[in-house]
Amino acid sequence: MARSEPIIEHLLRRAGFGGSAERLEAYADLGYATALDRLINYEQIYDGVDTHIGQPGYVGITARTGFAPSTNIADSRQRWLFRMIHTERPLQEKMALFWHNHFATAYSKINGVYGPIEATRMLAAKPSEDPGGVRGQLELFRAHATGNFRDLLIAVAKDPAILVWLDGRTNVKGKPQENFARELMELFTMGVGTFPEADVYAGARVFTGWNLTRVNGAATNGYYAFFYNSREHETSAKEFSFPIYKNGSKVIPVRSATDGMQDGLDLLNAVAAHPATGPRLSRKLYQYFVNEVDPPDAGLIADMARIYYQNNFEIKPVLIRLFTSSQFVDPANYFKRYSWPAEFVARAINEVGWAGFSVNDALNPMITMGQQLFEPPDVAGWDLGESWFTSGAMLARMNFAAQLATNQKFALRDASRGVVRSPESLVSWALDRLTAASFPTDSYNALIDYVRAGGSWTGSDTQLSMKASGLAHLIVGSGEYQLV
Amino acid sequence: MLTRREFIRDGVAAFTFSFAAPAFLSDLARAQGSARRNLVVLYLSGGNDALSMLIPYTDQQYYARRQVLAIPAAQVLQIGRDSAGNALGLNPRLTGLRSIYDAGRLALIQRTGYENSSRSHFQGTDIWSTANPRSSTGPGWLGRYLDTIPSPVDPLIGWSTTRDVPHVLLADQVGIAAIPSISGYSFASPNQNVGSEPLYARQAAVRIASHVPVDMPHLSFVNATAQQAFATLDRVAQVGTYRPAVTYPPNGFGQALQAVAGAMVGGVGTRIFFVQTGGYDTHSGQNTNQANGAYTQLMATLNDGMLAFYNDLVRQGLLGDTMVLQFSEFGRRINENASAGTDHGAASVMMVMGGGVRGGIYGTAPNLRIGSDNPTLENSGNDVRYETDFRSVYARVVDQWLGGDSVQVLGADFRTGAPQFV
Repeated sequence: MARSEPIIEHLLRRAGFGGSAERLEAYADLGYATALDRLINYEQIYDGVDTHIGQPGYVGITARTGFAPSTNIADSRQRWLFRMIHTERPLQEKMALFWHNHFATAYSKINGVYGPIEATRMLAAKPSEDPGGVRGQLELFRAHATGNFRDLLIAVAKDPAILVWLDGRTNVKGKPQENFARELMELFTMGVGTFPEADVYAGARVFTGWNLTRVNGAATNGYYAFFYNSREHETSAKEFSFPIYKNGSKVIPVRSATDGMQDGLDLLNAVAAHPATGPRLSRKLYQYFVNEVDPPDAGLIADMARIYYQNNFEIKPVLIRLFTSSQFVDPANYFKRYSWPAEFVARAINEVGWAGFSVNDALNPMITMGQQLFEPPDVAGWDLGESWFTSGAMLARMNFAAQLATNQKFALRDASRGVVRSPESLVSWALDRLTAASFPTDSYNALIDYVRAGGSWTGSDTQLSMKASGLAHLIVGSGEYQLV
Repeated sequence: MLTRREFIRDGVAAFTFSFAAPAFLSDLARAQGSARRNLVVLYLSGGNDALSMLIPYTDQQYYARRQVLAIPAAQVLQIGRDSAGNALGLNPRLTGLRSIYDAGRLALIQRTGYENSSRSHFQGTDIWSTANPRSSTGPGWLGRYLDTIPSPVDPLIGWSTTRDVPHVLLADQVGIAAIPSISGYSFASPNQNVGSEPLYARQAAVRIASHVPVDMPHLSFVNATAQQAFATLDRVAQVGTYRPAVTYPPNGFGQALQAVAGAMVGGVGTRIFFVQTGGYDTHSGQNTNQANGAYTQLMATLNDGMLAFYNDLVRQGLLGDTMVLQFSEFGRRINENASAGTDHGAASVMMVMGGGVRGGIYGTAPNLRIGSDNPTLENSGNDVRYETDFRSVYARVVDQWLGGDSVQVLGADFRTGAPQFV
């Protein structure tokens, strides 16, 4: 496909994970406005991607003893990658990934407490697959992907994975546990430096009794669930440095233990409404979708924050403002983001090809690139931007490009056969297929010289399989390709 | 929390590498490594509970305030008293560190920290990394030290055993190699066994990575990391052939230390190494008194890795050239919580190990009694208050070990009253 629609490529890289030539063409045929509408209002599109797992025509998965993405974390990772590559709702997956980083929760700690099956259920189970109907955290993020942020916060505060990860399950009267309250304010909403330490202590008391319980015991349909334990709730008043209520009151009043769960709901509402939260979320979204190299436009951030508050914390209107901004479509903002390893891997598979490739073979390389899904380094999520790039991580990306190109050697030969008559046309073909930022002359010449190296050009099948895969390796492994 | 993105946005000059041509690298490494001294920075991530590592086992309040977590006096590894007469003992699992202590090569610096200690992991780590409690953005303190080395600087002068380059090593002018695994630190080709194809691929990749346009600093940054990889991977591969005579533990920490020892033995020219071991954010299930308890396992990992490293260095005759400097972002609350854990606190303990280290106990233990007249505590007696400014420890390392100028590197004079551990 000739690269005639850079804006569509840009849209799919940002609101999704790039796309195959066929997908790019399909979206290009819709036109930009319709394509954007389809991406944002994805609820209208049937979500059937999981039914294609294991079918021909799609990227492969590796089933060890059966494929169990609701109980085996490696399979959960495979399914998520599969969805990133093939979903008809790319923005939903992209936002699920955003929230996974925002509410960063790691499998290893939950596994250490409840073992691998319960940990996977808490993080990744689909209710339809789980004997107890457990909805894992990732499904929560999908369900609330572009929904109401306060509702998402409340769901996260009651999420069993979070109750283990941030120790809420042990937050009890007399000995409050500060972990959740601290990160709620520091990372999930207002941001560091916007509150004094005393707010953390008060917040910890607010959530006393927000614990876990086991439903149905050891039965096969047993599971862990949120449980408000009124006997462990501190009923005294809690004072904060910022308003909790619309009348400006900073004090959550004394309540009976029975009614005490309202304390937490009041605080969650207050931190969602805090004046620092809207701008902070807006900046994070801007950096995720538009540009993380240059400082964000202050006017746009203020506008997004205003929309966030005016719409009662709904995220979709904020995203619509973002995607319809002049900044989003400005070509100067193309390739102004550093791809996350998940974005890089999904896009590379989409663009290089997947026939005969298993997403399982991307899992270990992603660890070396610095992003193992369901295993963020800490509750602050991954270090983004330049931090993805070190000598070791860059080698991991280049080596994944080599691995994928090796796997796709014959598919690339077949795809290039017939369209290619010279080293120049082979390089043009490869650069069209792989939507990297434009290559400067000397880098382009390096590709030409690479194709010519080792003998005169004949265009034989042997040469094509060698050089087409070699080019895919070099382009996908280039600095230009790491930008999205 | 500072990311490298913010680091660059905050106006630090464009992050550029000034690499020497490969032909000169070995000379350069020799010249810059002439002192042969190296520093291994060890970060215990999560906020180390100093009171479970270096235990004031005669303080009755320690037992009163930690009814579950306190380690009985009979269990601790008694190592003597500090200058104020407080009896101290190491965690029972630190038998190897105790032997290093007994050999006079381990310094324990109590109550290190700073005024208004941050209880945030991220801000706390940034402060310890930058040595600047007021503005914890910009290069790390060791990055600033590396920036004082005249260019061209060997691209392998800094070696992080983690996937990220830690904030403490971020520099304006010097790139740090991130080598989480030596075997993975290589360049593959889809035509691995086809004549000179891997060579052609590498030549092309090096050329593509040489593109560092000034108007695209983000692309230049990414390409600089690729350049750094190409400029270091052959020497790193040599380190992979190191077969130590001691057995390192098969965990990430042990393997990282083995790589560091291999690099030292191979004389690759690295001056600053970074090693990290995590799990110290023990809000729950700290279980200091169980053999398989979380904190006991942390101590086991720390102890067994450090002891193997120490023994290896002794065998290789490299102990005298080596200093290990340990820090963590904060200490933990004195009172245990209801989850058999401890929440975020303030001052903690630092360890320094090496052949040039004057072993011993530095600083004084806190008195754990709650009272407004007790200057060793803060936050209404909930947390340990610092006594030794952590920057004075850094100053000592810069001046007395690295041969740098601590006033320049730290931006102020912290030499007065610094513990004399080296």
